[in-house]
Amino acid sequence: MGAEFAYYKEPSPRTFSTGEPNNVSDCSPRSEKIGLVVSSPLVVTSLGSSIFKITFTSFYATPCCVQGSAMPFGNTHNALKMKYASSEEYPDLSQHNNHMAKILTPAIYERLRSKQTPSGFTLDDVIQTGIDNPGHPFIMTVGCVAGDEETYEVFKELLDPIIEDRHGGYKPTDKHKTDLNPNNLKGGDDLDPNYVLSSRVRTGRSIRGFCLPPHCSRGERRGVEKMSVEALDSLSGDLKGKYYALKNMTDAEQQQLIDDHFLFDKPVSPLLLASGMARDWPDGRGIWHNDTKTFLVWVNEEDHLRVISMQKGGNMKEVFNRFCTGLTKIETLFKDKGTSFMWNEHLGYVLTCPSNLGTGLRAGVHVKIPNMSKHAKFEEVLKRLRLQKRGTGGVDTAAVGGTFDISNADRLGFSEVELVQMVVDGVKLLVEMEKKLEKGQSIDNIMPAQK
Amino acid sequence: MAFSFTRMMSSRNTATLLASLGAGTMATCYLMTDSNILSAEERRKLYPPSADFPDLRRHNNCMAHALTPAIYGKLRDQVTPNNWTLDQCIQTGVDNPGHPFIKTVGMVAGDEESYKVFADLFDPVIKDRHNGYDPKTMKHPTDLDASKITNGVFDEKYVLSSRVRTGRSIRGLSLPPCCSRSERREVERVTVQALAGLKGDLSGRYYSLGDMTDKEQQQLIDEHFLFDKPISPLLTSAFMARDWPDARGIWHNNEKTFLIWVNEEDHTRVISMEKGGNMKRVFERFCRGLQQVEKLIQERGWEFMWNEHLGYILTCPSNLGTGLRAGVHVRLPKLSKDPRFGKILDNMRLQKRGTGGVDTATTGDTFDISNNDRLGKSEVELVQLLVDGVNYLIDCEKRLERGQDIKIPAPIVQFRK
Repeated sequence: MGAEFAYYKEPSPRTFSTGEPNNVSDCSPRSEKIGLVVSSPLVVTSLGSSIFKITFTSFYATPCCVQGSAMPFGNTHNALKMKYASSEEYPDLSQHNNHMAKILTPAIYERLRSKQTPSGFTLDDVIQTGIDNPGHPFIMTVGCVAGDEETYEVFKELLDPIIEDRHGGYKPTDKHKTDLNPNNLKGGDDLDPNYVLSSRVRTGRSIRGFCLPPHCSRGERRGVEKMSVEALDSLSGDLKGKYYALKNMTDAEQQQLIDDHFLFDKPVSPLLLASGMARDWPDGRGIWHNDTKTFLVWVNEEDHLRVISMQKGGNMKEVFNRFCTGLTKIETLFKDKGTSFMWNEHLGYVLTCPSNLGTGLRAGVHVKIPNMSKHAKFEEVLKRLRLQKRGTGGVDTAAVGGTFDISNADRLGFSEVELVQMVVDGVKLLVEMEKKLEKGQSIDNIMPAQK
Repeated sequence: MAFSFTRMMSSRNTATLLASLGAGTMATCYLMTDSNILSAEERRKLYPPSADFPDLRRHNNCMAHALTPAIYGKLRDQVTPNNWTLDQCIQTGVDNPGHPFIKTVGMVAGDEESYKVFADLFDPVIKDRHNGYDPKTMKHPTDLDASKITNGVFDEKYVLSSRVRTGRSIRGLSLPPCCSRSERREVERVTVQALAGLKGDLSGRYYSLGDMTDKEQQQLIDEHFLFDKPISPLLTSAFMARDWPDARGIWHNNEKTFLIWVNEEDHTRVISMEKGGNMKRVFERFCRGLQQVEKLIQERGWEFMWNEHLGYILTCPSNLGTGLRAGVHVRLPKLSKDPRFGKILDNMRLQKRGTGGVDTATTGDTFDISNNDRLGKSEVELVQLLVDGVNYLIDCEKRLERGQDIKIPAPIVQFRK
């Protein structure tokens, strides 16, 4: 046998429920042997931006019927389903309230059902999460996911209208501007810390050449982890840090990460589970953070990478500074390795959920606005400022004691700097309004215009 | 990294890192052209089986114990005629490491051919789960002649209800993990059409899960007939809850003694039950109903999945053979407190469950007692074992009531291993 398998453990003798010893003939000695992975010989030639060639020994004779990547679902490449008419296959979306259910028609389904991306992601894979989660009358979820970068191209007939619906009229011909230059942000270092308790910016990044979490194989996921950890380990200065793989964590490390509010756990939301993202948990997943605990990266949760910069208090400028610096450094490190982030000039940064396209950026603060939040015009103000409120536990949680999570509502069609600027300016105004209400004054004369 | 070779061999963490090294090495050096789009086939070549082999070091299920790198390497790129793969079979076992005390199966079939194409893994799992039954050499007997049952009426002072269940799959359609929406709807159509042809004490009606009225739903809940969307991760990781509740439903006869579940964990689950201890009548109705349904689907050109080695083919390997669980709810207040209770059950090839079904606790001293085995013995043999066993348990209970001692019976013979 060529390369060994690192995750194989020789079985110890088993007993049946009757208490009799296992006499199965392949019972092996009790000692555990962990095989080693032997690096395959590589031949690499590099010529600037041209092609790297890889040759490696193939350990097994390639069998005759190799089919497309088969995950994530049972019916991804089901051969029988194409024998049925499109109308037989069409999902029942009569109870559903999500973007996919709103946009999908039998005609679109018929045109797209026989397509697949080069890596084997099909239309049914894209929409399964939306079928399995009818949604809520008040909350409009997206209802579809991408399995790879090409999904957005192959299934554009469905995804473009969904993107337009979700992202405020963003057209298929629109171009998205990326701006990660923190010097372009005006102000943001003077939000009143008596009101603004903490500041945070997050985004996601996908590594080109790998399938996304709904569709990736174990080998790909491990490849993403390895490449990301390598890049992160070479960060220095105030960004220097350490990686904690979810499955190798000690109890003490785990408790520390929980106390720091850094730990993410296996998804329980049916929105995520139904898209195949939790497969093989916790293999290939982990958390990296810098020593000062202000820069944090999640590996292989809902996206390849989720990058978070945060700190207590109201200095959003510093948070954004670190965010941009860190991201740019990581991107450079990936480029040195010959890969890059998934990006194009129409959709910006490509992520698993269409709701996170463009910047994938959510910049937010935890801010104490008990008076403002009870004001009749609160929602109107937020809408005009293009902000949204959440509870302090994150999405779908309640606010505690008048403290809200206020963040930008948009992701696509505005640059990173523009979105953070909106948050900085908007939160400044909200704090001003809160102070006025505290003094019993009216806020009518400082109502903002619609951005 | 300046590790010595021996330290590398023994360090589990290093091995893990090196595995990712191996997995990532190819990917790391792969580069970017303007169109670096990898096709599925290229992707497969870029990631040899060693890169994809699951980490099963913390797992306690039959699949994790049987899967070796050699088997995975051989089978990873195989597909059934319906394009079902090994990774899809084992996903549920990878995602659910299991419990140190409860050994689950850890894999499912997507279609009838899975058991053949992936026999190198299914066979040892079947052997492990079914007491050494070897599908390559052994034959499974099918016998649905209820008249052969003797002593099948229990003392109703102890036995509160009797029930027999099994499953049946429709040949030519993929199983719940794999099926598309149209196949699932076809299963529903074929089944409901056949059931509409049942007459006499078996005539009844179908309630589609999606179209049920609130009143019908409440009625079915009260009768303990309703099944709901699976929440067990064992089932959801096996892709069985997709498109819920599309094409799922419940059929039962007017007397509420014969019940069919459509498209839950199998194409069909067939249940015969009634209050009291007349297991013989329950089994008689069971066999009659099954045989009539089989005839009705055959009239339309369909048949059940069955072969002489594995018997009736169902989604989970644990239900192969007869797929039969015959059981009673029985009160055993004294015996259940006796320390020998467990051993008596073991020797008689019986298992106890709570009165809510699998993985529930008992209420009071009432237990669900049923047969352990599914494959290698016929339906008649298994029901007779259950009947003899329950009669023995009741006898023990009576003895303990009278202050007499009880004996642990000799263990029932298994197959030769």
